[in-house]
Amino acid sequence: MGNTKKNWPLWEIFVRSKNGLEHRHFGSLHAADAEMALENARDVYTRRNEGVSIWVVESKNVTASNPQDNGELFEPAQDKVYRHPTFYDLPDDVKHM
Amino acid sequence: MNKDLYKYILGIADNSLILAQRLGELCGHGPTLETDIALTNISLDLLGQTRSYYQYAAKLAGEDKTEDDIAFLRIEREYKNVLLVEQPNTHFGHVMARQFLFDVYHLMLMEQLQNSKDETLVAIAKKGIKEVSYHKRFSSDWVKRLGDGTDESKEKMQEAINAMWRFTDELFDVMEADKVMIEEGIAVDVSRMKETYYEKVSELLEEATLEVPERKYFTRGGKKGVHTEHMGYLLADLQYMQRTYPNMTW
Amino acid sequence: MSEQEVKNLEEIFEARIARDEKIEPKDWMPEKYRKTHIRQISQHAHSEIIGMLPEGNWITRAPSLRRKAALLAKVQDEAGHGLYLYSACETLGISREEMYEQLHSGKAKYSSIFNYPTVTWADMGAIGWLVDGAAIINQVPLCNTSFGPYARAMVRVCKEESFHQRQGYEIMLTLCKGTDEQKEMAQDALNRWWWPSLMMLGPTDAESVHTEQSMKWKLKRKSNDELRQQFIDQTVPQADILGLTIPDPDMKFNEETGHYDFGEIDWDEFWQVVKGHGPCNKERMKARVDAWENGEWVRDAAMAHAEKKANKNVAKAS
Repeated sequence: MGNTKKNWPLWEIFVRSKNGLEHRHFGSLHAADAEMALENARDVYTRRNEGVSIWVVESKNVTASNPQDNGELFEPAQDKVYRHPTFYDLPDDVKHM
Repeated sequence: MNKDLYKYILGIADNSLILAQRLGELCGHGPTLETDIALTNISLDLLGQTRSYYQYAAKLAGEDKTEDDIAFLRIEREYKNVLLVEQPNTHFGHVMARQFLFDVYHLMLMEQLQNSKDETLVAIAKKGIKEVSYHKRFSSDWVKRLGDGTDESKEKMQEAINAMWRFTDELFDVMEADKVMIEEGIAVDVSRMKETYYEKVSELLEEATLEVPERKYFTRGGKKGVHTEHMGYLLADLQYMQRTYPNMTW
Repeated sequence: MSEQEVKNLEEIFEARIARDEKIEPKDWMPEKYRKTHIRQISQHAHSEIIGMLPEGNWITRAPSLRRKAALLAKVQDEAGHGLYLYSACETLGISREEMYEQLHSGKAKYSSIFNYPTVTWADMGAIGWLVDGAAIINQVPLCNTSFGPYARAMVRVCKEESFHQRQGYEIMLTLCKGTDEQKEMAQDALNRWWWPSLMMLGPTDAESVHTEQSMKWKLKRKSNDELRQQFIDQTVPQADILGLTIPDPDMKFNEETGHYDFGEIDWDEFWQVVKGHGPCNKERMKARVDAWENGEWVRDAAMAHAEKKANKNVAKAS
C-alpha cells in the first residue's frame, strides 16, 4: 500500500468454554500487543458467557502444514488399521474388552 | 419512604446512567471495531448497574414509580451525577481520561459499599466490583498506551487529563443525605477515600509518563444538581421519547 | 503451472465442493474463487458495520432503559459480526485495512438498505423485524457454504442474531398494542422499510450477474427471487398479527401457488441507491471515514507503546 505504517497485527484466539474441555480456536482479531489481544478477546468472543480461559497467539507465530503435503503427512496413517480396536476379531461372548 | 436513602442511591446511580449514555454515543464511531465493542461492554455494565439502583429506588418511592420514571422524567437540577461523567466525547483521549478518573473512584466506592448495612446495595456492589475492576484495567491500560505512545498521543492525553482533572475533587464531596446515611452505616464516607484516590491516580499517570496536574483549582456542582452546559443536551437526547410521547409504554 | 495443470486442479477443486467438502485458506483455489469470496465476504462485513449507524442513531434516545440496553447489545453484535467476517476474509490474504480502504474509496459495496434514514423509534422495530428478517434468510444457507472460515463465521453470526429479529418484532408489538399515535408510528415505519427490505434480497434473477457461479460454490443456495418469495410468505402473516397493513395494494395470497403475489418493485430506486445516490449514502460513508481517520493517532499510539514495551522486555532479558 506504499506506506510503512504498522497496523495492529492479527491474533488467533483460543477459548476454553468450561473447565474439563480443551481450548478451541474461536477466531481472530486485531490488537497492538498481547494484553490488548486478551482484553479484546474477552470483549469480542466471550460476550455470552462462552469462556473461562483465553489463549492468544499472534497469527504470524503459527506454523501451518501445507495442504500439498497432505499425501505424505496423513495418508500413510490410513492403512494402519491395526491401531484400531475393531481390527481384532473376538467372539461376542468375551466381555469387558 | 427513607428520603435520604433514596437520594443516596440516586447520587450513585446517576453517575452510571450518564456515563453509560456518553459511551452509548460512541457505538459505531471508535478507532477500531475491537475498541467499539469494548466500550459498549462498559456502557452495558453501567446501564445494568443503573437499572438495579433505580429499581431499588423505585421500590422505596412506592406510588408505582418505575426505573424509567427516575431515569427519564426528572428536570436537570434533579440529576445528581458528578460533572466528570457528563463531559463530552471530545476525542478518544477525553473518553479514556474521563473513564480512568472515574473508574479508580468507582472501584474504591464499590469495594467499600460491600460493607454497607443495606443488603441490596451490598448485592449491587458485589456484582459491580467485577465489572468495574475490568473497566479500570481497560482504561488504565489505555491511559498508559496513549501517554507513553507517540508524541502526538502524549500531548493529546495530557490535554485530556488536564481537562478532566478539575472535576475530580467533587467525587469526594459528602452531601447532607450522605451524612445521614454514613451515620447509619449504609453509605460510604467518600471524603475519606480522597488521598488514596489521588495517590493511585498519580502513580498510574506517572507510569504513563504524564504530568500529574496540580490539585489547586476545582469545579463542582453536579452533586447539587448544578451541571455544566453539556448536560442539557445530553438530557434532551436521553429524554426525547418520554417527553415527546408522555405516558406510553415502549 | 501450465494451463492444463490449472485446469486439472480446477476440476479436482470443483469436485471437492460438489462432494460438500470444505475449502480451507491454505488449499489451492482458483483465483476467481478467491476474488469472489473476498468481494462477497468483505461486502458482508461492510454491511454489518455500516449497519451499526442507522440503529446507533437511536441508542441515546431509546425510550426505556430496557430498550436502550437491548439496542446497545444489538448494535454491538453487529460490530462483532463485522469483525468475524473481516477475520474470515483476512484468511484469503487481504488485510482489514485494505478492505476499509476499498470501502472508504467507494470501491466496495455494502447493503443498500442502510442508506435509508431512521427517523422514528419505530424504525428500530422495523429494522429488527424486516431487515434482520431478510438478512437471516440470506445468511442461514451460508452456514453451509464451501469456504470454511466463512461458514464458521456465519454459524456464529446466525446463532447470535437469533435475538435481533425478536427484539425488533417485540418493539413493533408493543407499539401496535399502544396508543393510536404509537400504532401510526409503527405503520409509518413499515411503509418506509417494506420495499427496501424486498430490494435487500437482491436484483431479480434475470438481472443478477453472479448467481450461477455462486450456486456452484454454495455462496448461494436459492435465487434472489426465491428468497424474496420466502421472505414475503413468512412476513405477511407476522404483519397480520401486528394488525399492520403491508404497503402493497397488489399483495394477495394465491391459493394456486400457495404463495403471496406482490406488486412491482421500483428497481430504479434500488439502482439509484446502489450507485451512491440514496438518502444517506454520503452520511454513512462520512461517519465511517471519520471514525477511521480520527482513530488513527490512537491506533498508532498503541503500536508505538507495544513496541516500547517489547524493547524494554528485550533489554531486561539480556
